[in-house]
Amino acid sequence: MTDLDDSGTWGAVAGTDILRLRARMRSRIRAFFDASDVLEVDTPALSAAAPTEPRVEPVRARVLGETRFLQTSPEFPMKRLLAAGIGDCWQLARVYRDGERGRWHQPEFDLLEWYRLGFGHHDLMEEVEAVVAATLAPERPVPRAEYITYSQAFRRYAGVEPLSADMEEVRAAADENALSPVPGLDDDDREGWLDHLLTSLVAPRFAPDRLTFLYDWPASQAALARIDVDDPRVAARFEAFWGELELANGFHELADAGEQRARFEAENRTRRAEGGAAVPLDERLLAALEAGLPDCAGVALGFDRLVMLAAGTDTIDAVLPFPVERA
Amino acid sequence: MATYSTNEFKSGLKIMLDGDPFQILENEFVKPGKGQAFNRVKVRNLKTGRTVERTFKSGDSVEAADVIDTEMTYLYSDGEYWHFMDPNSFEQIAADAAAMGDAHKWLREQDTVEMTLYNGEPLTVTPPNFADLRIVETDPGIRGDTAQGGTKPAKLETGAVAKVPLFVEEGEVIRVDTRKGEYVSRVKE
Repeated sequence: MTDLDDSGTWGAVAGTDILRLRARMRSRIRAFFDASDVLEVDTPALSAAAPTEPRVEPVRARVLGETRFLQTSPEFPMKRLLAAGIGDCWQLARVYRDGERGRWHQPEFDLLEWYRLGFGHHDLMEEVEAVVAATLAPERPVPRAEYITYSQAFRRYAGVEPLSADMEEVRAAADENALSPVPGLDDDDREGWLDHLLTSLVAPRFAPDRLTFLYDWPASQAALARIDVDDPRVAARFEAFWGELELANGFHELADAGEQRARFEAENRTRRAEGGAAVPLDERLLAALEAGLPDCAGVALGFDRLVMLAAGTDTIDAVLPFPVERA
Repeated sequence: MATYSTNEFKSGLKIMLDGDPFQILENEFVKPGKGQAFNRVKVRNLKTGRTVERTFKSGDSVEAADVIDTEMTYLYSDGEYWHFMDPNSFEQIAADAAAMGDAHKWLREQDTVEMTLYNGEPLTVTPPNFADLRIVETDPGIRGDTAQGGTKPAKLETGAVAKVPLFVEEGEVIRVDTRKGEYVSRVKE
Protein backbone atom coordinates (compact mmCIF):
# COMPACT_ATOMS: atom_id res chain seq x y z
CA MET A 1 0.00 0.00 0.00
CA THR A 2 1.17 3.50 -0.77
CA ASP A 3 1.16 6.28 1.75
CA LEU A 4 0.61 9.43 -0.24
CA ASP A 5 1.04 12.26 2.23
CA ASP A 6 1.25 15.03 -0.31
CA SER A 7 -1.80 17.27 -0.12
CA GLY A 8 0.04 19.94 -2.12
CA THR A 9 0.81 17.64 -5.04
CA TRP A 10 -1.45 17.94 -8.08
CA GLY A 11 0.39 15.98 -10.78
CA ALA A 12 -0.42 12.51 -12.10
CA VAL A 13 1.14 9.36 -10.64
CA ALA A 14 1.18 7.46 -13.92
CA GLY A 15 3.45 8.94 -16.57
CA THR A 16 2.09 10.21 -19.89
CA ASP A 17 3.42 7.07 -21.61
CA ILE A 18 1.27 4.84 -19.39
CA LEU A 19 -1.80 7.06 -19.82
CA ARG A 20 -1.30 6.80 -23.60
CA LEU A 21 -0.97 3.02 -23.22
CA ARG A 22 -4.31 2.94 -21.34
CA ALA A 23 -5.97 4.77 -24.22
CA ARG A 24 -4.43 2.43 -26.82
CA MET A 25 -5.65 -0.61 -24.89
CA ARG A 26 -9.19 0.81 -24.78
CA SER A 27 -9.04 1.20 -28.56
CA ARG A 28 -7.89 -2.39 -29.00
CA ILE A 29 -10.77 -3.65 -26.85
CA ARG A 30 -13.26 -1.61 -28.85
CA ALA A 31 -11.76 -2.93 -32.11
CA PHE A 32 -12.01 -6.52 -30.84
CA PHE A 33 -15.70 -6.25 -30.00
CA ASP A 34 -16.54 -4.25 -33.13
CA ALA A 35 -14.98 -7.02 -35.20
CA SER A 36 -16.97 -9.63 -33.25
CA ASP A 37 -20.23 -7.73 -33.67
CA VAL A 38 -20.69 -7.24 -29.91
CA LEU A 39 -22.57 -4.05 -29.06
CA GLU A 40 -21.15 -1.40 -26.72
CA VAL A 41 -23.77 -0.36 -24.12
CA ASP A 42 -24.13 2.11 -21.24
CA THR A 43 -25.92 1.47 -17.97
CA PRO A 44 -26.40 3.66 -14.87
CA ALA A 45 -23.70 3.88 -12.20
CA LEU A 46 -26.31 4.76 -9.56
CA SER A 47 -28.84 2.13 -8.60
CA ALA A 48 -31.63 1.70 -6.05
CA ALA A 49 -30.47 -1.89 -5.45
CA ALA A 50 -27.10 -3.45 -4.84
CA PRO A 51 -25.54 -6.89 -5.09
CA THR A 52 -26.03 -8.83 -1.86
CA GLU A 53 -22.59 -10.50 -2.00
CA PRO A 54 -21.28 -10.41 1.57
CA ARG A 55 -17.66 -9.81 0.51
CA VAL A 56 -18.36 -6.87 -1.80
CA GLU A 57 -19.27 -3.62 -0.06
CA PRO A 58 -21.10 -1.01 -2.16
CA VAL A 59 -20.56 2.74 -1.78
CA ARG A 60 -23.75 4.54 -0.76
CA ALA A 61 -24.72 7.93 -2.11
CA ARG A 62 -27.55 10.36 -1.41
CA VAL A 63 -29.44 11.20 -4.62
CA LEU A 64 -32.68 13.23 -4.87
CA GLY A 65 -33.15 12.63 -1.16
CA GLU A 66 -32.86 8.85 -1.40
CA THR A 67 -30.16 6.26 -0.86
CA ARG A 68 -28.56 5.03 -4.06
CA PHE A 69 -25.72 2.56 -4.55
CA LEU A 70 -22.77 3.13 -6.86
CA GLN A 71 -22.41 0.05 -9.04
CA THR A 72 -19.93 -2.61 -7.90
CA SER A 73 -20.33 -4.12 -11.37
CA PRO A 74 -22.62 -3.32 -14.31
CA GLU A 75 -23.88 -6.93 -14.44
CA PHE A 76 -27.48 -6.44 -13.26
CA PRO A 77 -28.54 -3.71 -15.69
CA MET A 78 -26.69 -5.48 -18.52
CA LYS A 79 -28.69 -8.65 -17.81
CA ARG A 80 -31.87 -6.58 -17.98
CA LEU A 81 -30.79 -5.42 -21.44
CA LEU A 82 -30.12 -9.05 -22.38
CA ALA A 83 -33.60 -10.06 -21.20
CA ALA A 84 -34.96 -7.17 -23.27
CA GLY A 85 -33.29 -8.61 -26.36
CA ILE A 86 -30.16 -6.48 -26.85
CA GLY A 87 -28.02 -9.48 -27.81
CA ASP A 88 -24.24 -9.76 -27.34
CA CYS A 89 -23.03 -6.64 -25.48
CA TRP A 90 -20.05 -5.15 -23.67
CA GLN A 91 -19.00 -2.09 -21.73
CA LEU A 92 -16.00 -0.69 -19.93
CA ALA A 93 -17.53 0.55 -16.67
CA ARG A 94 -16.15 2.48 -13.73
CA VAL A 95 -17.13 0.52 -10.61
CA TYR A 96 -16.85 1.24 -6.89
CA ARG A 97 -16.15 -1.07 -3.92
CA ASP A 98 -15.64 0.20 -0.41
CA GLY A 99 -12.84 -1.05 1.82
CA GLU A 100 -10.58 -2.29 -0.97
CA ARG A 101 -7.15 -0.69 -1.02
CA GLY A 102 -3.79 -2.30 -1.58
CA ARG A 103 -1.05 -2.97 -4.10
CA TRP A 104 -3.62 -4.40 -6.55
CA HIS A 105 -6.78 -2.69 -5.21
CA GLN A 106 -8.45 0.69 -5.55
CA PRO A 107 -11.95 1.53 -4.30
CA GLU A 108 -12.79 2.64 -7.86
CA PHE A 109 -11.57 0.83 -10.94
CA ASP A 110 -12.54 -0.09 -14.49
CA LEU A 111 -14.30 -3.36 -15.27
CA LEU A 112 -14.57 -4.70 -18.78
CA GLU A 113 -17.86 -6.62 -18.75
CA TRP A 114 -19.30 -8.60 -21.64
CA TYR A 115 -22.01 -11.17 -22.41
CA ARG A 116 -22.27 -13.73 -25.18
CA LEU A 117 -25.48 -15.49 -26.12
CA GLY A 118 -25.30 -19.25 -26.55
CA PHE A 119 -21.85 -19.43 -24.89
CA GLY A 120 -21.06 -21.76 -21.98
CA HIS A 121 -18.24 -20.92 -19.57
CA HIS A 122 -15.73 -22.92 -21.64
CA ASP A 123 -16.51 -20.90 -24.78
CA LEU A 124 -16.14 -17.69 -22.83
CA MET A 125 -12.79 -18.69 -21.29
CA GLU A 126 -11.45 -19.06 -24.82
CA GLU A 127 -12.75 -15.62 -25.74
CA VAL A 128 -11.19 -14.09 -22.61
CA GLU A 129 -7.89 -15.55 -23.77
CA ALA A 130 -8.43 -13.94 -27.18
CA VAL A 131 -9.33 -10.53 -25.69
CA VAL A 132 -6.27 -10.57 -23.40
CA ALA A 133 -4.04 -11.57 -26.32
CA ALA A 134 -5.45 -8.84 -28.58
CA THR A 135 -5.07 -6.20 -25.86
CA LEU A 136 -1.72 -7.23 -24.44
CA ALA A 137 0.23 -8.80 -27.29
CA PRO A 138 1.77 -5.57 -28.66
CA GLU A 139 3.44 -4.99 -25.26
CA ARG A 140 4.23 -8.52 -24.06
CA PRO A 141 3.97 -12.12 -25.28
CA VAL A 142 0.78 -13.97 -24.39
CA PRO A 143 1.55 -17.71 -24.38
CA ARG A 144 -1.28 -20.27 -24.50
CA ALA A 145 -3.27 -20.31 -21.26
CA GLU A 146 -3.33 -23.09 -18.67
CA TYR A 147 -6.72 -24.57 -17.76
CA ILE A 148 -7.26 -26.29 -14.40
CA THR A 149 -10.38 -27.05 -12.36
CA TYR A 150 -10.74 -25.64 -8.86
CA SER A 151 -10.70 -29.20 -7.54
CA GLN A 152 -7.54 -30.23 -9.44
CA ALA A 153 -5.73 -27.04 -8.37
CA PHE A 154 -6.56 -27.49 -4.68
CA ARG A 155 -5.60 -31.16 -4.74
CA ARG A 156 -2.32 -30.39 -6.49
CA TYR A 157 -1.21 -27.28 -4.58
CA ALA A 158 -2.99 -27.50 -1.21
CA GLY A 159 -3.39 -31.27 -0.86
CA VAL A 160 -7.13 -31.18 -0.22
CA GLU A 161 -10.26 -32.03 -2.23
CA PRO A 162 -12.32 -28.84 -1.85
CA LEU A 163 -15.58 -30.35 -3.10
CA SER A 164 -15.87 -33.01 -0.40
CA ALA A 165 -13.42 -32.21 2.42
CA ASP A 166 -14.94 -31.45 5.82
CA MET A 167 -13.80 -28.39 7.77
CA GLU A 168 -11.22 -30.34 9.75
CA GLU A 169 -9.56 -31.48 6.52
CA VAL A 170 -9.67 -27.96 5.06
CA ARG A 171 -7.97 -26.51 8.15
CA ALA A 172 -5.49 -29.40 8.23
CA ALA A 173 -4.42 -28.45 4.69
CA ALA A 174 -3.38 -25.02 6.02
CA ASP A 175 -1.45 -26.64 8.90
CA GLU A 176 0.29 -29.19 6.69
CA ASN A 177 1.45 -26.40 4.40
CA ALA A 178 2.84 -24.44 7.39
CA LEU A 179 0.39 -21.54 7.15
CA SER A 180 0.18 -19.69 10.45
CA PRO A 181 -3.24 -19.39 12.14
CA VAL A 182 -5.42 -16.53 10.90
CA PRO A 183 -6.85 -14.50 13.80
CA GLY A 184 -10.52 -13.72 13.23
CA LEU A 185 -11.13 -16.54 10.73
CA ASP A 186 -13.76 -18.81 12.31
CA ASP A 187 -13.09 -22.55 12.33
CA ASP A 188 -16.32 -23.23 10.44
CA ASP A 189 -16.02 -20.38 7.87
CA ARG A 190 -15.62 -22.72 4.88
CA GLU A 191 -15.57 -20.04 2.17
CA GLY A 192 -13.09 -17.94 4.16
CA TRP A 193 -10.74 -20.90 4.60
CA LEU A 194 -10.97 -21.85 0.91
CA ASP A 195 -10.14 -18.23 0.01
CA HIS A 196 -7.18 -18.39 2.43
CA LEU A 197 -5.87 -21.56 0.74
CA LEU A 198 -6.53 -20.05 -2.70
CA THR A 199 -4.58 -16.84 -2.02
CA SER A 200 -1.80 -18.41 0.08
CA LEU A 201 -1.14 -21.78 -1.58
CA VAL A 202 -2.92 -22.21 -4.90
CA ALA A 203 -2.73 -18.97 -6.89
CA PRO A 204 0.96 -18.33 -6.00
CA ARG A 205 1.79 -21.58 -7.84
CA PHE A 206 0.20 -20.59 -11.16
CA ALA A 207 2.63 -20.09 -14.06
CA PRO A 208 4.00 -16.56 -13.69
CA ASP A 209 4.03 -15.49 -17.35
CA ARG A 210 0.64 -16.50 -18.70
CA LEU A 211 -3.07 -16.85 -18.09
CA THR A 212 -4.40 -19.62 -15.88
CA PHE A 213 -8.11 -20.38 -15.96
CA LEU A 214 -9.44 -21.82 -12.70
CA TYR A 215 -12.88 -23.26 -13.48
CA ASP A 216 -15.76 -25.30 -12.05
CA TRP A 217 -15.86 -23.63 -8.65
CA PRO A 218 -17.61 -25.22 -5.63
CA ALA A 219 -21.37 -24.76 -5.73
CA SER A 220 -21.10 -22.88 -2.41
CA GLN A 221 -19.17 -20.18 -4.33
CA ALA A 222 -21.42 -20.19 -7.39
CA ALA A 223 -22.15 -16.44 -7.07
CA LEU A 224 -24.25 -15.81 -10.23
CA ALA A 225 -23.30 -19.01 -12.06
CA ARG A 226 -25.63 -21.91 -12.79
CA ILE A 227 -24.98 -25.22 -11.02
CA ASP A 228 -23.61 -28.02 -13.19
CA VAL A 229 -26.50 -30.35 -14.11
CA ASP A 230 -24.22 -33.42 -14.12
CA ASP A 231 -22.28 -32.60 -10.94
CA PRO A 232 -24.25 -30.47 -8.46
CA ARG A 233 -21.08 -30.02 -6.36
CA VAL A 234 -19.75 -27.51 -8.90
CA ALA A 235 -20.89 -24.30 -10.55
CA ALA A 236 -20.21 -23.11 -14.11
CA ARG A 237 -17.91 -20.36 -12.86
CA PHE A 238 -14.33 -19.50 -13.82
CA GLU A 239 -11.65 -17.03 -12.92
CA ALA A 240 -8.66 -15.94 -14.98
CA PHE A 241 -5.30 -15.25 -13.35
CA TRP A 242 -2.00 -14.00 -14.72
CA GLY A 243 0.48 -15.55 -12.32
CA GLU A 244 -1.33 -15.00 -9.04
CA LEU A 245 -2.89 -11.72 -10.20
CA GLU A 246 -6.65 -12.21 -10.46
CA LEU A 247 -7.85 -10.75 -13.77
CA ALA A 248 -11.39 -11.91 -14.52
CA ASN A 249 -14.43 -13.71 -13.17
CA GLY A 250 -17.05 -15.31 -15.40
CA PHE A 251 -20.19 -17.42 -15.33
CA HIS A 252 -22.51 -19.47 -17.43
CA GLU A 253 -25.22 -17.18 -16.13
CA LEU A 254 -27.91 -18.32 -13.74
CA ALA A 255 -31.26 -17.63 -15.44
CA ASP A 256 -33.66 -19.08 -12.83
CA ALA A 257 -35.43 -16.20 -11.04
CA GLY A 258 -36.49 -18.34 -8.09
CA GLU A 259 -32.99 -19.66 -7.43
CA GLN A 260 -31.56 -16.17 -7.90
CA ARG A 261 -33.94 -14.76 -5.27
CA ALA A 262 -33.06 -17.59 -2.86
CA ARG A 263 -29.34 -16.82 -3.29
CA PHE A 264 -29.87 -13.08 -2.74
CA GLU A 265 -31.83 -13.78 0.45
CA ALA A 266 -29.22 -16.24 1.75
CA GLU A 267 -26.48 -13.65 1.16
CA ASN A 268 -28.45 -10.97 2.95
CA ARG A 269 -28.87 -13.37 5.90
CA THR A 270 -25.07 -13.77 5.95
CA ARG A 271 -24.66 -9.98 5.88
CA ARG A 272 -26.98 -9.58 8.85
CA ALA A 273 -25.44 -12.51 10.77
CA GLU A 274 -22.05 -10.83 10.42
CA GLY A 275 -23.43 -7.62 11.85
CA GLY A 276 -23.63 -5.81 8.51
CA ALA A 277 -26.57 -4.18 6.80
CA ALA A 278 -28.77 -6.09 4.36
CA VAL A 279 -29.09 -4.39 0.96
CA PRO A 280 -32.24 -3.98 -1.14
CA LEU A 281 -32.74 -6.84 -3.62
CA ASP A 282 -32.70 -5.89 -7.28
CA GLU A 283 -36.37 -6.61 -8.00
CA ARG A 284 -36.01 -5.28 -11.55
CA LEU A 285 -33.31 -7.88 -12.26
CA LEU A 286 -35.48 -10.62 -10.74
CA ALA A 287 -38.43 -9.47 -12.89
CA ALA A 288 -36.18 -9.55 -15.97
CA LEU A 289 -35.08 -13.11 -15.15
CA GLU A 290 -38.76 -14.01 -14.68
CA ALA A 291 -39.44 -12.62 -18.16
CA GLY A 292 -36.57 -14.72 -19.50
CA LEU A 293 -32.80 -14.29 -19.74
CA PRO A 294 -31.44 -15.83 -22.94
CA ASP A 295 -28.90 -18.62 -22.39
CA CYS A 296 -25.59 -16.75 -22.09
CA ALA A 297 -22.22 -16.49 -20.41
CA GLY A 298 -20.74 -13.28 -19.02
CA VAL A 299 -17.42 -12.13 -17.61
CA ALA A 300 -15.89 -9.13 -15.84
CA LEU A 301 -12.21 -8.35 -16.39
CA GLY A 302 -10.14 -5.83 -14.41
CA PHE A 303 -8.92 -3.36 -17.01
CA ASP A 304 -6.40 -1.59 -14.74
CA ARG A 305 -4.68 -4.91 -13.98
CA LEU A 306 -4.42 -5.61 -17.69
CA VAL A 307 -2.70 -2.23 -18.06
CA MET A 308 -0.37 -3.20 -15.19
CA LEU A 309 0.66 -6.28 -17.18
CA ALA A 310 1.20 -4.25 -20.35
CA ALA A 311 3.20 -1.63 -18.46
CA GLY A 312 5.23 -4.24 -16.56
CA THR A 313 4.42 -2.80 -13.14
CA ASP A 314 3.26 -4.57 -9.99
CA THR A 315 1.11 -1.79 -8.48
CA ILE A 316 -2.25 -0.49 -9.63
CA ASP A 317 -1.23 3.02 -8.53
CA ALA A 318 1.40 3.11 -11.26
CA VAL A 319 -1.22 2.90 -14.04
CA LEU A 320 -3.65 5.50 -12.64
CA PRO A 321 -3.48 9.25 -13.01
CA PHE A 322 -4.84 9.81 -9.50
CA PRO A 323 -5.02 6.95 -6.95
CA VAL A 324 -7.65 7.39 -4.25
CA GLU A 325 -5.38 9.26 -1.82
CA ARG A 326 -4.68 11.81 -4.55
CA ALA A 327 -8.19 11.99 -6.01
CA MET B 1 -7.06 -1.64 25.96
CA ALA B 2 -6.17 0.09 22.73
CA THR B 3 -6.65 -1.90 19.52
CA TYR B 4 -5.90 -1.40 15.85
CA SER B 5 -8.16 -2.54 13.00
CA THR B 6 -6.41 -4.14 10.02
CA ASN B 7 -7.52 -1.02 8.10
CA GLU B 8 -5.01 0.93 10.18
CA PHE B 9 -2.12 -1.45 9.51
CA LYS B 10 0.98 0.18 8.09
CA SER B 11 4.69 -0.26 8.51
CA GLY B 12 5.93 0.95 11.88
CA LEU B 13 2.74 0.11 13.79
CA LYS B 14 3.38 -1.80 17.05
CA ILE B 15 1.02 -4.63 17.94
CA MET B 16 0.77 -7.52 20.42
CA LEU B 17 0.98 -11.09 19.09
CA ASP B 18 1.19 -14.18 21.29
CA GLY B 19 1.95 -11.96 24.28
CA ASP B 20 4.96 -10.23 22.71
CA PRO B 21 5.30 -6.75 21.17
CA PHE B 22 5.85 -6.74 17.39
CA GLN B 23 6.44 -4.03 14.83
CA ILE B 24 4.81 -4.23 11.39
CA LEU B 25 7.43 -4.07 8.63
CA GLU B 26 5.22 -4.70 5.59
CA ASN B 27 1.45 -4.87 5.13
CA GLU B 28 -0.24 -6.30 2.06
CA PHE B 29 -3.98 -6.33 1.29
CA VAL B 30 -5.01 -9.59 -0.39
CA LYS B 31 -8.54 -10.18 -1.67
CA PRO B 32 -10.14 -12.37 -4.32
CA GLY B 33 -12.76 -10.25 -6.13
CA LYS B 34 -15.71 -12.08 -4.63
CA GLY B 35 -13.93 -13.55 -1.63
CA GLN B 36 -12.59 -12.90 1.83
CA ALA B 37 -10.07 -10.08 2.27
CA PHE B 38 -6.86 -10.67 4.23
CA ASN B 39 -3.97 -8.57 5.47
CA ARG B 40 -0.68 -10.38 5.01
CA VAL B 41 1.95 -8.75 7.20
CA LYS B 42 5.63 -9.16 7.90
CA VAL B 43 6.30 -8.39 11.59
CA ARG B 44 9.40 -8.20 13.80
CA ASN B 45 9.37 -9.37 17.40
CA LEU B 46 10.72 -6.39 19.34
CA LYS B 47 12.08 -8.63 22.10
CA THR B 48 13.94 -11.16 19.97
CA GLY B 49 14.38 -9.27 16.69
CA ARG B 50 12.99 -12.27 14.77
CA THR B 51 10.86 -11.58 11.68
CA VAL B 52 7.79 -13.69 10.82
CA GLU B 53 4.84 -13.51 8.42
CA ARG B 54 1.27 -13.46 9.62
CA THR B 55 -2.14 -13.33 7.94
CA PHE B 56 -5.17 -11.55 9.40
CA LYS B 57 -8.79 -11.58 8.32
CA SER B 58 -9.38 -8.00 7.16
CA GLY B 59 -11.60 -6.04 9.51
CA ASP B 60 -10.26 -7.92 12.53
CA SER B 61 -8.61 -6.02 15.37
CA VAL B 62 -5.41 -6.63 17.29
CA GLU B 63 -4.22 -5.28 20.60
CA ALA B 64 -1.87 -2.32 20.37
CA ALA B 65 1.53 -2.82 21.99
CA ASP B 66 2.23 -0.28 24.71
CA VAL B 67 5.54 0.61 23.09
CA ILE B 68 6.96 4.11 22.82
CA ASP B 69 10.25 5.49 21.57
CA THR B 70 11.72 8.27 23.68
CA GLU B 71 14.99 10.17 24.09
CA MET B 72 16.96 9.51 27.27
CA THR B 73 20.21 10.86 28.74
CA TYR B 74 22.75 8.25 29.83
CA LEU B 75 23.94 8.84 33.41
CA TYR B 76 26.14 5.97 34.64
CA SER B 77 26.45 2.21 35.05
CA ASP B 78 26.62 0.43 38.38
CA GLY B 79 28.05 -2.68 36.76
CA GLU B 80 24.71 -4.50 36.56
CA TYR B 81 22.34 -1.79 35.29
CA TRP B 82 22.72 1.24 33.08
CA HIS B 83 20.94 4.31 34.44
CA PHE B 84 19.21 6.88 32.24
CA MET B 85 17.22 10.07 32.82
CA ASP B 86 14.24 11.47 30.95
CA PRO B 87 15.46 15.01 30.05
CA ASN B 88 11.93 16.39 30.33
CA SER B 89 10.60 14.80 33.51
CA PHE B 90 14.03 14.13 35.11
CA GLU B 91 12.72 10.67 36.02
CA GLN B 92 15.38 7.99 36.13
CA ILE B 93 15.14 4.52 34.65
CA ALA B 94 17.54 1.54 34.63
CA ALA B 95 18.15 -0.77 31.66
CA ASP B 96 19.48 -4.31 32.06
CA ALA B 97 22.05 -6.01 29.82
CA ALA B 98 19.38 -7.56 27.58
CA ALA B 99 17.87 -4.17 26.78
CA MET B 100 21.30 -2.55 26.37
CA GLY B 101 22.63 -5.07 23.85
CA ASP B 102 25.81 -3.54 22.36
CA ALA B 103 24.73 0.03 23.09
CA HIS B 104 26.98 0.31 26.18
CA LYS B 105 30.05 0.01 23.94
CA TRP B 106 29.45 3.45 22.49
CA LEU B 107 28.03 5.47 25.38
CA ARG B 108 29.67 8.18 27.48
CA GLU B 109 27.95 9.88 30.37
CA GLN B 110 25.51 12.59 29.24
CA ASP B 111 25.10 11.04 25.77
CA THR B 112 21.55 10.99 24.37
CA VAL B 113 20.06 7.66 23.30
CA GLU B 114 16.79 6.49 21.80
CA MET B 115 15.06 4.15 24.24
CA THR B 116 12.11 1.94 23.36
CA LEU B 117 9.85 1.40 26.36
CA TYR B 118 7.44 -1.52 26.56
CA ASN B 119 4.88 -1.24 29.38
CA GLY B 120 7.15 1.46 30.80
CA GLU B 121 10.24 -0.82 30.91
CA PRO B 122 13.29 -0.45 28.65
CA LEU B 123 13.05 -2.87 25.71
CA THR B 124 15.91 -1.61 23.56
CA VAL B 125 18.51 1.15 23.77
CA THR B 126 19.83 2.63 20.52
CA PRO B 127 22.91 4.87 20.65
CA PRO B 128 23.37 7.75 18.18
CA ASN B 129 24.39 6.42 14.75
CA PHE B 130 27.80 8.09 15.10
CA ALA B 131 29.88 8.41 18.28
CA ASP B 132 33.05 10.53 18.67
CA LEU B 133 35.33 8.63 21.06
CA ARG B 134 38.94 9.02 22.24
CA ILE B 135 41.47 6.25 21.68
CA VAL B 136 42.98 5.25 25.00
CA GLU B 137 45.23 2.45 23.78
CA THR B 138 46.69 1.44 20.41
CA ASP B 139 50.02 0.58 18.81
CA PRO B 140 52.12 3.56 17.71
CA GLY B 141 51.12 5.07 14.39
CA ILE B 142 53.16 4.72 11.22
CA ARG B 143 53.86 8.19 9.90
CA GLY B 144 53.08 8.93 6.27
CA ASP B 145 51.15 5.71 5.89
CA THR B 146 47.79 7.18 4.94
CA ALA B 147 47.20 5.33 1.71
CA GLN B 148 47.70 1.69 2.54
CA GLY B 149 44.73 -0.24 3.77
CA GLY B 150 46.10 -1.90 6.91
CA THR B 151 44.25 -1.68 10.23
CA LYS B 152 45.03 -2.24 13.91
CA PRO B 153 42.83 -2.60 16.99
CA ALA B 154 42.27 0.49 19.12
CA LYS B 155 40.73 0.56 22.57
CA LEU B 156 38.30 3.45 23.05
CA GLU B 157 37.43 5.39 26.19
CA THR B 158 34.18 3.45 26.57
CA GLY B 159 36.09 0.14 26.61
CA ALA B 160 35.02 -0.87 23.09
CA VAL B 161 37.64 -2.00 20.59
CA ALA B 162 37.42 -0.79 16.97
CA LYS B 163 39.64 -1.43 13.97
CA VAL B 164 41.37 1.80 12.91
CA PRO B 165 43.83 2.70 10.13
CA LEU B 166 47.53 2.34 10.97
CA PHE B 167 48.17 6.13 10.97
CA VAL B 168 45.73 6.88 13.81
CA GLU B 169 47.42 7.70 17.14
CA GLU B 170 46.64 7.03 20.77
CA GLY B 171 44.90 10.05 22.33
CA GLU B 172 43.12 11.01 19.09
CA VAL B 173 39.33 11.22 18.81
CA ILE B 174 37.68 9.12 16.08
CA ARG B 175 34.16 8.89 14.71
CA VAL B 176 32.57 5.40 14.82
CA ASP B 177 29.44 4.16 13.04
CA THR B 178 27.72 2.45 15.98
CA ARG B 179 25.41 0.39 13.73
CA LYS B 180 28.37 -1.51 12.30
CA GLY B 181 30.99 -0.77 14.92
CA GLU B 182 33.27 0.64 12.21
CA TYR B 183 35.77 3.50 12.10
CA VAL B 184 34.56 6.39 9.93
CA SER B 185 37.14 9.21 10.30
CA ARG B 186 39.42 11.16 12.59
CA VAL B 187 37.79 14.06 14.42
CA LYS B 188 39.71 17.34 14.66
CA GLU B 189 39.52 18.89 18.11
